[in-house]
Amino acid sequence: MNLSLRWRYWLLIAPAVLLMLVFYIFPLTQVLWLSVTEPTFGLDNYRELIERPLIHRIWWTTIRICVVTTAITVVAGYAVAYAMRLVGEQQRTWMLFCVLLTFWLSVLVRAFAWVMLLRTEGMINVGLMEIGLIEQPIRLVRNEIGVVIGMVHFMLPLAVLPIYSNMTGIDQRLMSAARGLGASPFTTFREIYLPLSKPGIIAAVILVFVFSLGFFITPAILGGGRIVMISEYIRVSFEETLRWGQATMLASSLLFAVMLTLAIFARFVDLKKVFGAR
Amino acid sequence: MKDPRVIFGRCLVLGLAWTVLAFMVLPMVIVVPVSFTDQYFLSLPKEDLSLQHYQAFFEKEIWLDATLDSVIIATSATLLAVILGTLCTIGCWRLATNLAEATRTFLLVPIIVPTIVQALALYRFWIDLDIIDTYVGTILAHTLVAIPYVVITVSASLANFDVRLEQAARNLGASTLQTIRMVIVPSIRPGILSGALFAFTISFDEIVMVLFITSRNVYTLPKRIWDGIQDHLDPTIASVATMLIALTLALLLTDLWIRQRRRSRLSSGRSDRGQP
Repeated sequence: MNLSLRWRYWLLIAPAVLLMLVFYIFPLTQVLWLSVTEPTFGLDNYRELIERPLIHRIWWTTIRICVVTTAITVVAGYAVAYAMRLVGEQQRTWMLFCVLLTFWLSVLVRAFAWVMLLRTEGMINVGLMEIGLIEQPIRLVRNEIGVVIGMVHFMLPLAVLPIYSNMTGIDQRLMSAARGLGASPFTTFREIYLPLSKPGIIAAVILVFVFSLGFFITPAILGGGRIVMISEYIRVSFEETLRWGQATMLASSLLFAVMLTLAIFARFVDLKKVFGAR
Repeated sequence: MKDPRVIFGRCLVLGLAWTVLAFMVLPMVIVVPVSFTDQYFLSLPKEDLSLQHYQAFFEKEIWLDATLDSVIIATSATLLAVILGTLCTIGCWRLATNLAEATRTFLLVPIIVPTIVQALALYRFWIDLDIIDTYVGTILAHTLVAIPYVVITVSASLANFDVRLEQAARNLGASTLQTIRMVIVPSIRPGILSGALFAFTISFDEIVMVLFITSRNVYTLPKRIWDGIQDHLDPTIASVATMLIALTLALLLTDLWIRQRRRSRLSSGRSDRGQP
Protein backbone atom coordinates (compact mmCIF):
# COMPACT_ATOMS: atom_id res chain seq x y z
CA MET A 1 0.00 0.00 0.00
CA ASN A 2 1.49 3.33 -0.95
CA LEU A 3 1.88 6.20 1.44
CA SER A 4 -0.94 8.45 0.23
CA LEU A 5 -3.37 5.56 0.41
CA ARG A 6 -2.22 4.87 3.94
CA TRP A 7 -2.93 8.47 4.85
CA ARG A 8 -6.39 8.25 3.40
CA TYR A 9 -7.20 5.29 5.65
CA TRP A 10 -5.89 7.12 8.67
CA LEU A 11 -8.27 9.95 7.76
CA LEU A 12 -11.14 7.49 8.11
CA ILE A 13 -9.93 6.50 11.54
CA ALA A 14 -9.22 10.03 12.76
CA PRO A 15 -12.73 11.38 13.52
CA ALA A 16 -13.69 8.59 15.92
CA VAL A 17 -10.30 8.60 17.61
CA LEU A 18 -10.23 12.37 18.04
CA LEU A 19 -13.75 12.36 19.42
CA MET A 20 -12.73 9.68 21.93
CA LEU A 21 -9.55 11.45 22.94
CA VAL A 22 -11.13 14.87 23.46
CA PHE A 23 -14.53 13.97 24.88
CA TYR A 24 -13.80 10.71 26.66
CA ILE A 25 -10.18 10.13 27.55
CA PHE A 26 -9.54 13.72 28.55
CA PRO A 27 -12.49 13.84 31.01
CA LEU A 28 -11.42 10.48 32.46
CA THR A 29 -7.90 11.79 32.96
CA GLN A 30 -9.41 14.81 34.64
CA VAL A 31 -11.14 12.51 37.14
CA LEU A 32 -7.82 10.83 37.93
CA TRP A 33 -6.15 14.23 38.21
CA LEU A 34 -8.83 15.67 40.50
CA SER A 35 -8.50 12.68 42.80
CA VAL A 36 -4.96 13.80 43.69
CA THR A 37 -5.43 17.57 43.54
CA GLU A 38 -8.80 18.30 45.10
CA PRO A 39 -8.76 20.07 47.52
CA THR A 40 -4.96 19.91 47.88
CA PHE A 41 -2.24 18.18 45.94
CA GLY A 42 -1.30 14.76 47.26
CA LEU A 43 -2.71 11.41 48.18
CA ASP A 44 -4.89 12.74 51.03
CA ASN A 45 -8.09 11.52 49.39
CA TYR A 46 -6.68 8.03 49.06
CA ARG A 47 -5.89 7.97 52.76
CA GLU A 48 -9.65 7.65 53.33
CA LEU A 49 -9.55 4.29 51.58
CA ILE A 50 -7.37 3.02 54.40
CA GLU A 51 -8.66 5.08 57.28
CA ARG A 52 -12.43 5.43 56.99
CA PRO A 53 -14.40 2.42 58.24
CA LEU A 54 -17.42 3.54 56.19
CA ILE A 55 -15.48 3.18 52.95
CA HIS A 56 -14.08 -0.17 54.08
CA ARG A 57 -17.62 -1.35 54.68
CA ILE A 58 -18.81 -0.16 51.25
CA TRP A 59 -15.94 -1.87 49.44
CA TRP A 60 -16.52 -5.01 51.44
CA THR A 61 -20.25 -4.97 50.57
CA THR A 62 -19.39 -4.40 46.91
CA ILE A 63 -16.92 -7.23 46.68
CA ARG A 64 -19.09 -9.63 48.66
CA ILE A 65 -22.11 -8.97 46.42
CA CYS A 66 -19.95 -9.25 43.29
CA VAL A 67 -18.47 -12.59 44.35
CA VAL A 68 -21.85 -14.06 45.32
CA THR A 69 -23.44 -12.77 42.09
CA THR A 70 -20.61 -14.12 39.97
CA ALA A 71 -20.70 -17.54 41.62
CA ILE A 72 -24.48 -17.98 41.26
CA THR A 73 -24.57 -16.54 37.74
CA VAL A 74 -21.76 -18.68 36.37
CA VAL A 75 -23.12 -21.93 37.84
CA ALA A 76 -26.66 -21.21 36.62
CA GLY A 77 -25.36 -20.00 33.26
CA TYR A 78 -23.25 -23.15 32.89
CA ALA A 79 -26.31 -25.30 33.44
CA VAL A 80 -28.23 -23.43 30.73
CA ALA A 81 -25.34 -23.57 28.27
CA TYR A 82 -24.77 -27.27 28.96
CA ALA A 83 -28.46 -28.00 28.46
CA MET A 84 -28.35 -26.12 25.17
CA ARG A 85 -25.72 -28.57 23.96
CA LEU A 86 -27.84 -31.56 25.02
CA VAL A 87 -31.17 -30.71 23.45
CA GLY A 88 -32.38 -30.74 19.86
CA GLU A 89 -32.38 -27.84 17.45
CA GLN A 90 -35.88 -26.62 18.24
CA GLN A 91 -35.57 -26.61 22.01
CA ARG A 92 -32.17 -24.93 21.70
CA THR A 93 -33.67 -22.12 19.63
CA TRP A 94 -36.23 -21.49 22.35
CA MET A 95 -33.57 -21.49 25.06
CA LEU A 96 -31.39 -19.10 23.11
CA PHE A 97 -34.39 -16.91 22.48
CA CYS A 98 -35.10 -16.59 26.23
CA VAL A 99 -31.45 -15.69 26.87
CA LEU A 100 -31.25 -13.11 24.09
CA LEU A 101 -34.57 -11.52 25.01
CA THR A 102 -33.33 -11.05 28.57
CA PHE A 103 -30.03 -9.72 27.26
CA TRP A 104 -31.65 -7.04 25.13
CA LEU A 105 -34.41 -6.01 27.52
CA SER A 106 -34.08 -2.64 29.22
CA VAL A 107 -32.28 -2.91 32.55
CA LEU A 108 -34.74 -0.43 34.05
CA VAL A 109 -37.72 -2.52 32.97
CA ARG A 110 -36.12 -5.54 34.58
CA ALA A 111 -35.35 -3.72 37.81
CA PHE A 112 -38.91 -2.34 37.88
CA ALA A 113 -40.36 -5.81 37.40
CA TRP A 114 -38.25 -7.17 40.23
CA VAL A 115 -39.30 -4.41 42.62
CA MET A 116 -42.89 -5.16 41.75
CA LEU A 117 -42.40 -8.87 42.40
CA LEU A 118 -40.24 -8.71 45.48
CA ARG A 119 -41.55 -5.83 47.59
CA THR A 120 -43.45 -6.57 50.81
CA GLU A 121 -46.86 -6.21 49.14
CA GLY A 122 -45.44 -7.66 45.91
CA MET A 123 -46.62 -10.70 44.04
CA ILE A 124 -44.18 -13.21 45.48
CA ASN A 125 -45.06 -12.36 49.07
CA VAL A 126 -48.79 -12.22 48.35
CA GLY A 127 -48.62 -15.51 46.48
CA LEU A 128 -46.68 -17.28 49.22
CA MET A 129 -49.07 -15.98 51.87
CA GLU A 130 -52.12 -17.06 49.89
CA ILE A 131 -50.93 -20.63 49.60
CA GLY A 132 -50.07 -20.52 53.30
CA LEU A 133 -46.33 -21.08 53.06
CA ILE A 134 -45.56 -17.97 55.07
CA GLU A 135 -47.56 -15.86 57.49
CA GLN A 136 -45.56 -12.67 57.46
CA PRO A 137 -44.22 -11.14 54.27
CA ILE A 138 -40.48 -11.79 53.87
CA ARG A 139 -38.19 -8.87 53.17
CA LEU A 140 -36.88 -9.36 49.67
CA VAL A 141 -35.99 -5.84 48.60
CA ARG A 142 -33.90 -3.15 50.18
CA ASN A 143 -31.51 -5.87 51.29
CA GLU A 144 -28.75 -7.96 49.79
CA ILE A 145 -31.09 -10.75 48.68
CA GLY A 146 -32.96 -8.35 46.40
CA VAL A 147 -29.77 -6.84 45.00
CA VAL A 148 -28.29 -10.26 44.27
CA ILE A 149 -31.51 -11.49 42.60
CA GLY A 150 -31.61 -8.44 40.35
CA MET A 151 -27.91 -8.60 39.52
CA VAL A 152 -27.92 -12.33 38.78
CA HIS A 153 -30.85 -11.71 36.47
CA PHE A 154 -28.99 -8.95 34.65
CA MET A 155 -25.74 -10.91 34.35
CA LEU A 156 -27.09 -14.34 33.32
CA PRO A 157 -26.94 -13.75 29.54
CA LEU A 158 -23.36 -12.53 29.94
CA ALA A 159 -22.49 -15.91 31.44
CA VAL A 160 -24.57 -18.19 29.19
CA LEU A 161 -23.35 -16.75 25.88
CA PRO A 162 -19.55 -17.13 26.30
CA ILE A 163 -19.87 -20.54 27.99
CA TYR A 164 -22.14 -21.79 25.23
CA SER A 165 -19.93 -20.38 22.50
CA ASN A 166 -16.95 -22.23 24.00
CA MET A 167 -18.92 -25.48 24.40
CA THR A 168 -19.84 -25.53 20.71
CA GLY A 169 -16.13 -26.06 20.02
CA ILE A 170 -15.82 -29.14 22.25
CA ASP A 171 -15.55 -32.40 20.34
CA GLN A 172 -18.34 -34.67 21.63
CA ARG A 173 -16.40 -37.77 20.55
CA LEU A 174 -13.96 -37.21 23.43
CA MET A 175 -16.77 -37.92 25.87
CA SER A 176 -17.82 -41.04 23.98
CA ALA A 177 -14.21 -42.19 24.07
CA ALA A 178 -14.01 -41.68 27.83
CA ARG A 179 -17.26 -43.58 28.34
CA GLY A 180 -16.02 -46.34 26.07
CA LEU A 181 -12.91 -46.65 28.20
CA GLY A 182 -15.11 -47.25 31.22
CA ALA A 183 -15.44 -43.83 32.88
CA SER A 184 -18.76 -43.14 34.61
CA PRO A 185 -20.91 -40.30 33.22
CA PHE A 186 -19.96 -38.07 36.13
CA THR A 187 -16.24 -38.84 35.85
CA THR A 188 -16.42 -38.11 32.13
CA PHE A 189 -17.98 -34.76 32.85
CA ARG A 190 -15.54 -33.89 35.62
CA GLU A 191 -12.36 -35.11 33.96
CA ILE A 192 -13.03 -34.30 30.30
CA TYR A 193 -15.88 -31.88 29.75
CA LEU A 194 -15.34 -29.47 32.64
CA PRO A 195 -11.64 -28.83 31.90
CA LEU A 196 -12.41 -28.32 28.21
CA SER A 197 -15.09 -25.77 29.02
CA LYS A 198 -12.81 -23.83 31.34
CA PRO A 199 -12.05 -20.99 28.87
CA GLY A 200 -15.78 -20.30 28.62
CA ILE A 201 -16.13 -20.31 32.41
CA ILE A 202 -13.23 -17.89 32.81
CA ALA A 203 -14.69 -15.59 30.18
CA ALA A 204 -18.03 -15.63 31.98
CA VAL A 205 -16.38 -14.93 35.35
CA ILE A 206 -14.53 -11.94 33.91
CA LEU A 207 -17.57 -10.43 32.23
CA VAL A 208 -19.86 -10.91 35.19
CA PHE A 209 -17.38 -9.79 37.82
CA VAL A 210 -16.18 -6.71 35.95
CA PHE A 211 -19.68 -5.54 35.10
CA SER A 212 -20.88 -6.25 38.65
CA LEU A 213 -18.12 -4.16 40.23
CA GLY A 214 -19.32 -0.93 38.68
CA PHE A 215 -22.99 -1.79 38.39
CA PHE A 216 -25.22 1.07 39.39
CA ILE A 217 -28.85 0.79 38.33
CA THR A 218 -30.07 -2.50 39.78
CA PRO A 219 -28.30 -2.15 43.16
CA ALA A 220 -29.58 1.41 43.45
CA ILE A 221 -33.19 0.40 42.77
CA LEU A 222 -33.35 -2.95 44.57
CA GLY A 223 -31.03 -1.89 47.37
CA GLY A 224 -33.29 1.08 48.04
CA GLY A 225 -30.50 3.13 49.59
CA ARG A 226 -29.83 0.54 52.28
CA ILE A 227 -27.38 -1.59 50.39
CA VAL A 228 -24.77 0.88 49.24
CA MET A 229 -22.27 -0.37 46.72
CA ILE A 230 -19.34 1.67 45.54
CA SER A 231 -21.13 3.12 42.47
CA GLU A 232 -24.01 4.33 44.57
CA TYR A 233 -21.64 5.87 47.08
CA ILE A 234 -19.85 7.75 44.30
CA ARG A 235 -23.18 9.29 43.38
CA VAL A 236 -23.91 10.16 47.01
CA SER A 237 -20.53 11.77 47.62
CA PHE A 238 -20.89 13.79 44.45
CA GLU A 239 -24.56 14.72 44.56
CA GLU A 240 -25.28 15.10 48.21
CA THR A 241 -22.04 16.22 49.74
CA LEU A 242 -20.44 17.75 46.61
CA ARG A 243 -17.08 16.37 47.61
CA TRP A 244 -15.28 16.17 44.30
CA GLY A 245 -12.06 14.97 45.86
CA GLN A 246 -13.76 12.00 47.46
CA ALA A 247 -16.00 11.22 44.49
CA THR A 248 -13.11 11.24 42.01
CA MET A 249 -10.92 9.21 44.38
CA LEU A 250 -13.63 6.53 44.66
CA ALA A 251 -14.21 6.60 40.90
CA SER A 252 -10.49 6.23 40.27
CA SER A 253 -10.18 3.34 42.71
CA LEU A 254 -13.17 1.64 41.08
CA LEU A 255 -11.45 2.04 37.73
CA PHE A 256 -8.23 0.61 39.18
CA ALA A 257 -10.15 -2.33 40.64
CA VAL A 258 -11.60 -3.10 37.20
CA MET A 259 -8.19 -2.80 35.54
CA LEU A 260 -6.62 -5.00 38.20
CA THR A 261 -9.24 -7.70 37.72
CA LEU A 262 -8.69 -7.60 33.96
CA ALA A 263 -4.92 -7.66 34.36
CA ILE A 264 -5.11 -10.74 36.57
CA PHE A 265 -7.37 -12.59 34.14
CA ALA A 266 -5.46 -11.47 31.05
CA ARG A 267 -2.88 -14.07 31.99
CA PHE A 268 -5.36 -16.91 31.48
CA VAL A 269 -7.42 -15.82 28.48
CA ASP A 270 -7.40 -13.50 25.50
CA LEU A 271 -9.37 -10.54 26.83
CA LYS A 272 -10.26 -9.25 23.39
CA LYS A 273 -11.95 -12.53 22.65
CA VAL A 274 -13.87 -12.32 25.91
CA PHE A 275 -15.29 -8.92 24.99
CA GLY A 276 -16.19 -10.17 21.51
CA ALA A 277 -13.59 -8.08 19.73
CA ARG A 278 -11.92 -10.94 17.97
CA MET B 1 -30.69 -49.04 26.32
CA LYS B 2 -29.05 -45.97 27.74
CA ASP B 3 -27.27 -45.85 31.05
CA PRO B 4 -29.81 -44.76 33.72
CA ARG B 5 -27.16 -42.48 35.19
CA VAL B 6 -26.99 -40.61 31.87
CA ILE B 7 -30.76 -40.22 31.77
CA PHE B 8 -30.81 -39.02 35.37
CA GLY B 9 -28.04 -36.50 34.69
CA ARG B 10 -29.79 -35.28 31.57
CA CYS B 11 -33.08 -34.73 33.44
CA LEU B 12 -31.25 -32.92 36.21
CA VAL B 13 -29.46 -30.55 33.84
CA LEU B 14 -32.57 -29.86 31.78
CA GLY B 15 -34.65 -29.25 34.89
CA LEU B 16 -32.08 -26.84 36.27
CA ALA B 17 -31.67 -25.06 32.93
CA TRP B 18 -35.38 -24.52 32.42
CA THR B 19 -35.71 -23.29 36.01
CA VAL B 20 -33.02 -20.70 35.30
CA LEU B 21 -34.66 -19.76 32.00
CA ALA B 22 -38.02 -19.41 33.75
CA PHE B 23 -36.34 -17.10 36.25
CA MET B 24 -35.01 -15.07 33.31
CA VAL B 25 -38.35 -14.54 31.62
CA LEU B 26 -40.39 -14.25 34.84
CA PRO B 27 -40.20 -10.43 35.06
CA MET B 28 -41.44 -10.06 31.48
CA VAL B 29 -44.22 -12.56 31.96
CA ILE B 30 -45.45 -10.68 35.02
CA VAL B 31 -45.21 -7.12 33.71
CA VAL B 32 -47.48 -7.74 30.73
CA PRO B 33 -50.65 -8.76 32.62
CA VAL B 34 -50.04 -6.09 35.29
CA SER B 35 -50.06 -3.40 32.61
CA PHE B 36 -53.65 -4.37 31.75
CA THR B 37 -54.87 -4.15 35.35
CA ASP B 38 -58.19 -2.49 36.12
CA GLN B 39 -56.85 -1.34 39.50
CA TYR B 40 -55.18 1.98 40.30
CA PHE B 41 -52.16 0.37 41.85
CA LEU B 42 -49.72 -2.27 40.67
CA SER B 43 -51.51 -5.61 40.70
CA LEU B 44 -52.78 -8.34 38.44
CA PRO B 45 -56.14 -7.55 36.79
CA LYS B 46 -58.98 -8.35 39.24
CA GLU B 47 -62.23 -8.27 37.30
CA ASP B 48 -61.51 -7.00 33.87
CA LEU B 49 -58.69 -6.14 31.56
CA SER B 50 -58.27 -2.44 31.13
CA LEU B 51 -56.27 -0.16 28.88
CA GLN B 52 -56.39 2.76 31.30
CA HIS B 53 -52.67 2.75 31.98
CA TYR B 54 -51.88 2.82 28.30
CA GLN B 55 -54.35 5.67 27.96
CA ALA B 56 -52.54 7.46 30.79
CA PHE B 57 -49.28 7.10 28.89
CA PHE B 58 -50.66 8.51 25.67
CA GLU B 59 -52.51 11.33 27.42
CA LYS B 60 -49.78 12.58 29.70
CA GLU B 61 -47.39 14.99 28.11
CA ILE B 62 -44.50 14.09 30.40
CA TRP B 63 -44.43 10.53 29.04
CA LEU B 64 -44.85 11.52 25.42
CA ASP B 65 -42.20 14.25 25.65
CA ALA B 66 -39.81 11.85 27.32
CA THR B 67 -40.38 9.27 24.58
CA LEU B 68 -39.78 11.90 21.93
CA ASP B 69 -36.56 13.04 23.63
CA SER B 70 -35.34 9.45 23.80
CA VAL B 71 -36.16 8.82 20.15
CA ILE B 72 -34.36 12.00 19.03
CA ILE B 73 -31.28 11.25 21.13
CA ALA B 74 -31.09 7.54 20.34
CA THR B 75 -31.54 8.11 16.59
CA SER B 76 -28.88 10.81 16.42
CA ALA B 77 -26.43 8.90 18.60
CA THR B 78 -26.97 5.74 16.53
CA LEU B 79 -26.33 7.59 13.26
CA LEU B 80 -23.16 9.20 14.58
CA ALA B 81 -21.85 6.04 16.21
CA VAL B 82 -22.53 3.95 13.11
CA ILE B 83 -20.85 6.40 10.72
CA LEU B 84 -17.80 7.06 12.90
CA GLY B 85 -17.47 3.48 14.10
CA THR B 86 -17.82 1.92 10.66
CA LEU B 87 -15.35 4.25 8.94
CA CYS B 88 -12.84 3.76 11.69
CA THR B 89 -13.18 -0.02 11.68
CA ILE B 90 -12.80 -0.15 7.90
CA GLY B 91 -9.66 2.01 8.16
CA CYS B 92 -8.12 -0.16 10.86
CA TRP B 93 -9.02 -3.35 9.05
CA ARG B 94 -7.55 -2.17 5.74
CA LEU B 95 -4.34 -0.82 7.27
CA ALA B 96 -3.90 -4.00 9.31
CA THR B 97 -0.82 -2.70 11.10
CA ASN B 98 -0.08 -3.06 14.78
CA LEU B 99 -0.83 0.60 15.32
CA ALA B 100 -4.19 0.26 13.57
CA GLU B 101 -5.07 -2.76 15.70
CA ALA B 102 -4.07 -0.85 18.83
CA THR B 103 -6.31 2.01 17.73
CA ARG B 104 -9.23 -0.36 17.28
CA THR B 105 -8.63 -1.77 20.75
CA PHE B 106 -8.44 1.75 22.15
CA LEU B 107 -11.94 2.48 20.83
CA LEU B 108 -13.27 -0.41 22.92
CA VAL B 109 -12.26 1.22 26.21
CA PRO B 110 -15.77 2.51 27.08
CA ILE B 111 -16.98 -1.09 27.41
CA ILE B 112 -14.91 -1.73 30.51
CA VAL B 113 -15.04 1.68 32.20
CA PRO B 114 -17.83 1.58 34.81
CA THR B 115 -20.73 3.81 33.74
CA ILE B 116 -20.68 5.76 36.98
CA VAL B 117 -17.06 6.76 36.33
CA GLN B 118 -17.93 7.88 32.81
CA ALA B 119 -20.90 9.81 34.11
CA LEU B 120 -18.80 11.65 36.68
CA ALA B 121 -16.08 12.43 34.12
CA LEU B 122 -18.47 13.67 31.45
CA TYR B 123 -20.47 15.74 33.95
CA ARG B 124 -17.36 17.65 34.95
CA PHE B 125 -16.26 18.25 31.37
CA TRP B 126 -19.75 19.01 30.04
CA ILE B 127 -20.01 21.82 32.62
CA ASP B 128 -16.79 23.36 31.31
CA LEU B 129 -18.06 23.07 27.76
CA ASP B 130 -21.47 24.40 28.81
CA ILE B 131 -23.33 21.52 27.16
CA ILE B 132 -24.86 20.14 30.33
CA ASP B 133 -28.59 19.40 29.97
CA THR B 134 -28.54 19.85 26.19
CA TYR B 135 -29.37 17.50 23.35
CA VAL B 136 -25.86 17.95 21.92
CA GLY B 137 -24.26 16.89 25.20
CA THR B 138 -26.49 13.86 25.65
CA ILE B 139 -26.12 12.72 22.02
CA LEU B 140 -22.35 13.09 22.24
CA ALA B 141 -22.19 11.06 25.45
CA HIS B 142 -24.31 8.27 24.01
CA THR B 143 -22.32 8.25 20.76
CA LEU B 144 -19.10 7.69 22.70
CA VAL B 145 -20.42 4.68 24.60
CA ALA B 146 -22.12 3.19 21.53
CA ILE B 147 -19.11 3.34 19.16
CA PRO B 148 -17.37 0.24 20.66
CA TYR B 149 -20.37 -1.98 19.93
CA VAL B 150 -20.45 -0.80 16.31
CA VAL B 151 -16.71 -1.49 16.07
CA ILE B 152 -17.25 -5.04 17.37
CA THR B 153 -20.12 -5.97 15.06
CA VAL B 154 -18.53 -4.36 11.99
CA SER B 155 -15.18 -6.08 12.71
CA ALA B 156 -16.98 -9.43 12.86
CA SER B 157 -18.51 -8.74 9.45
CA LEU B 158 -15.22 -7.59 7.94
CA ALA B 159 -13.56 -10.81 9.06
CA ASN B 160 -15.67 -12.56 6.43
CA PHE B 161 -15.05 -10.00 3.71
CA ASP B 162 -12.62 -10.87 0.96
CA VAL B 163 -9.97 -8.17 0.82
CA ARG B 164 -9.35 -8.93 -2.88
CA LEU B 165 -12.76 -7.48 -3.75
CA GLU B 166 -11.57 -4.16 -2.41
CA GLN B 167 -8.31 -4.38 -4.36
CA ALA B 168 -10.23 -5.26 -7.51
CA ALA B 169 -12.42 -2.18 -7.10
CA ARG B 170 -9.37 0.02 -6.66
CA ASN B 171 -7.63 -1.50 -9.67
CA LEU B 172 -10.70 -0.74 -11.72
CA GLY B 173 -10.21 2.89 -10.78
CA ALA B 174 -12.59 3.42 -7.85
CA SER B 175 -11.57 6.08 -5.32
CA THR B 176 -11.30 5.26 -1.61
CA LEU B 177 -14.74 6.63 -0.84
CA GLN B 178 -16.30 4.95 -3.86
CA THR B 179 -14.78 1.64 -2.82
CA ILE B 180 -16.17 2.00 0.66
CA ARG B 181 -19.60 3.08 -0.49
CA MET B 182 -20.07 0.66 -3.36
CA VAL B 183 -18.04 -2.39 -2.41
CA ILE B 184 -17.28 -2.63 1.30
CA VAL B 185 -20.40 -1.21 2.92
CA PRO B 186 -22.88 -3.33 0.91
CA SER B 187 -20.98 -6.49 1.87
CA ILE B 188 -20.83 -5.72 5.57
CA ARG B 189 -24.36 -4.34 5.85
CA PRO B 190 -25.51 -7.05 8.32
CA GLY B 191 -22.71 -6.06 10.72
CA ILE B 192 -23.55 -2.39 10.37
CA LEU B 193 -27.23 -3.05 11.00
CA SER B 194 -26.46 -5.20 14.05
CA GLY B 195 -24.22 -2.40 15.32
CA ALA B 196 -26.99 0.12 14.75
CA LEU B 197 -29.47 -1.98 16.73
CA PHE B 198 -26.93 -2.28 19.52
CA ALA B 199 -26.23 1.45 19.52
CA PHE B 200 -29.92 2.34 19.49
CA THR B 201 -30.71 -0.01 22.36
CA ILE B 202 -27.82 1.31 24.42
CA SER B 203 -28.79 4.93 23.97
CA PHE B 204 -32.52 4.32 24.37
CA ASP B 205 -31.95 2.51 27.65
CA GLU B 206 -29.09 4.62 29.06
CA ILE B 207 -29.84 6.09 32.48
CA VAL B 208 -26.67 6.59 34.53
CA MET B 209 -25.06 9.29 32.39
CA VAL B 210 -28.43 10.90 31.80
CA LEU B 211 -28.95 11.21 35.56
CA PHE B 212 -25.72 13.21 35.74
CA ILE B 213 -25.59 15.28 32.56
CA THR B 214 -29.24 16.31 32.19
CA SER B 215 -31.67 18.03 34.50
CA ARG B 216 -34.88 19.65 33.21
CA ASN B 217 -34.38 20.53 29.60
CA VAL B 218 -33.58 17.04 28.38
CA TYR B 219 -35.79 14.37 29.95
CA THR B 220 -35.49 10.91 28.47
CA LEU B 221 -37.82 7.95 28.90
CA PRO B 222 -35.44 6.00 31.18
CA LYS B 223 -35.23 9.04 33.44
CA ARG B 224 -39.05 9.20 33.68
CA ILE B 225 -39.15 5.49 34.49
CA TRP B 226 -36.40 5.99 37.07
CA ASP B 227 -38.42 8.81 38.70
CA GLY B 228 -41.53 6.67 38.59
CA ILE B 229 -39.80 3.78 40.36
CA GLN B 230 -38.29 6.12 42.95
CA ASP B 231 -41.40 7.97 44.18
CA HIS B 232 -44.43 5.71 43.88
CA LEU B 233 -44.80 2.71 41.67
CA ASP B 234 -47.21 4.15 39.12
CA PRO B 235 -48.93 1.42 37.00
CA THR B 236 -48.22 3.59 33.93
CA ILE B 237 -44.65 2.27 34.18
CA ALA B 238 -46.02 -1.24 33.65
CA SER B 239 -47.61 -0.13 30.39
CA VAL B 240 -44.39 1.59 29.31
CA ALA B 241 -42.45 -1.53 30.29
CA THR B 242 -44.79 -3.73 28.24
CA MET B 243 -44.32 -1.51 25.21
CA LEU B 244 -40.54 -1.68 25.70
CA ILE B 245 -40.75 -5.48 25.90
CA ALA B 246 -42.64 -5.47 22.60
CA LEU B 247 -40.01 -3.17 21.08
CA THR B 248 -37.18 -5.41 22.31
CA LEU B 249 -38.94 -8.43 20.86
CA ALA B 250 -39.24 -6.65 17.51
CA LEU B 251 -35.57 -5.59 17.52
CA LEU B 252 -34.42 -9.08 18.54
CA LEU B 253 -36.42 -10.72 15.77
CA THR B 254 -35.02 -8.20 13.26
CA ASP B 255 -31.50 -8.96 14.43
CA LEU B 256 -32.02 -12.73 14.22
CA TRP B 257 -33.50 -12.27 10.74
CA ILE B 258 -30.45 -10.26 9.62
CA ARG B 259 -28.10 -12.95 10.94
CA GLN B 260 -30.17 -15.68 9.33
CA ARG B 261 -29.88 -13.94 5.96
CA ARG B 262 -26.17 -13.46 6.35
CA ARG B 263 -25.76 -17.11 7.23
CA SER B 264 -27.73 -18.28 4.22
CA ARG B 265 -25.68 -15.96 2.00
CA LEU B 266 -22.46 -17.36 3.39
CA SER B 267 -23.67 -20.94 3.36
CA SER B 268 -21.57 -21.72 0.29
CA GLY B 269 -19.02 -23.68 2.28
CA ARG B 270 -17.73 -20.85 4.42
CA SER B 271 -18.47 -21.23 8.12
CA ASP B 272 -19.62 -18.09 9.81
CA ARG B 273 -19.72 -17.70 13.49
CA GLY B 274 -20.91 -14.21 14.36
CA GLN B 275 -21.03 -12.54 17.70
CA PRO B 276 -22.98 -14.42 20.33
